[in-house]
Amino acid sequence: MNLRIFARALAATGLAAVAAFALAAASHAAASADAAVTIKDFDFHPMDIAVPAGATVVWKNLDGEPHTVTSVDGTFRSGALDQGDSFSFRFARPGVYRYLCTIHPRMVATVTVR
Amino acid sequence: MDHDPTRRHALRCMGMGAGTLFALSGGVLTGFDLAAATERGAAAKVGAPLFVQISDSHIGFNKAANPDVAGTLARSIALVNSLPRQPGLVLHTGDITHLSRASEFDDAAQLLRGLRVAELHTVPGEHDVTDGAGTEYFARFGAPSKNRGYYSFDHAGVHFVALNNVMQFKPGGLAALGEDQLAWLKDDLAGRSASQPIVLFGHMPMWSIYEPWGWGSSDAPEVMDMIRRFGSVTVLNGHIHQIVQKVEGAVTFHTARSTAYPQPAAGVGPGPGPLTVPPDQLPRMLGVTSVSRAPLHQPLSITDIALA
Repeated sequence: MNLRIFARALAATGLAAVAAFALAAASHAAASADAAVTIKDFDFHPMDIAVPAGATVVWKNLDGEPHTVTSVDGTFRSGALDQGDSFSFRFARPGVYRYLCTIHPRMVATVTVR
Repeated sequence: MDHDPTRRHALRCMGMGAGTLFALSGGVLTGFDLAAATERGAAAKVGAPLFVQISDSHIGFNKAANPDVAGTLARSIALVNSLPRQPGLVLHTGDITHLSRASEFDDAAQLLRGLRVAELHTVPGEHDVTDGAGTEYFARFGAPSKNRGYYSFDHAGVHFVALNNVMQFKPGGLAALGEDQLAWLKDDLAGRSASQPIVLFGHMPMWSIYEPWGWGSSDAPEVMDMIRRFGSVTVLNGHIHQIVQKVEGAVTFHTARSTAYPQPAAGVGPGPGPLTVPPDQLPRMLGVTSVSRAPLHQPLSITDIALA
């Protein structure tokens, strides 16, 4: 997946605003989380989760190293998450969403939305 | 015997005894303690620095491993400024910032303007482009490469190639240059005389140091095929916050220390995060790299200078 070309297309179509909204949603994460993923020791825990459509997943980075939560297909992107930062995303549509950390691309995981 | 008092003074400021000087002789790497090297007149081997490499300044980082990365970058710049003969240019091999933030780039740019050397060339690190498109990085440093992150230039007869190996990767795999950049590189090197020294610089290591931690580039073998015919190739990378070197025929590989914080040795711990050391040890693990043209058409000579 060519993330660079995707990122330019994302900006061009104005979907960058969606990403900004998702980042803002992080402040309300505690109230509306349906599932939680912890980023620790350079891994996503749990690595594979399943949620119903409409669920909100919250990621929290506990490592001293920043990570990102970036979907392979371009659906969501957290930007850099410092230690203690959270990111949340509401999965409206069913599907299998593979994602990775763009700083450490060996870190991959999935969210399956039923 | 070194009769140059200003040079002796400058070497003392660099912290003699804590730095290591590597001289290349016929492709074989030889390590000298900086103090011993001065007494034996190895200054003549180092010569005037052609350029200096700094790396991984991580402006914006503020955790225990180094609460003042701006301060250690400033000290690193002061170190470069104190060299009795100034290098022609400075290369920054990426991770200028920690979180790709505009304020971090602003702070870094302001600090880097403190360099006496006017000419600075950069490549992005993965920490610089976490906004996906690298918007903040390219807004400041994108002009030489038309926002692609890779470009080349000549200086004092040496051909410098800046590479971007942090924006193409396979999920679950290593970073790569990508097809477009490989095609560009092939074209850029075509027709060059094999006797022209080549310097490749990019953030990720361009040989396989430790793949479980992402310390490598997946298409580095293709780059090696392209440069094999040249008589002197120096590959300079950053990313791993420690010095690792390898010589393979006419190719010398070297990763630089960070100016911000060290990282553990390969495989020691859960991953390549910041390594906290006692404060008095930190300056010994940070530093810059000076590269000189050794006399009599030898390969380029690489000297790592610690902050303390």
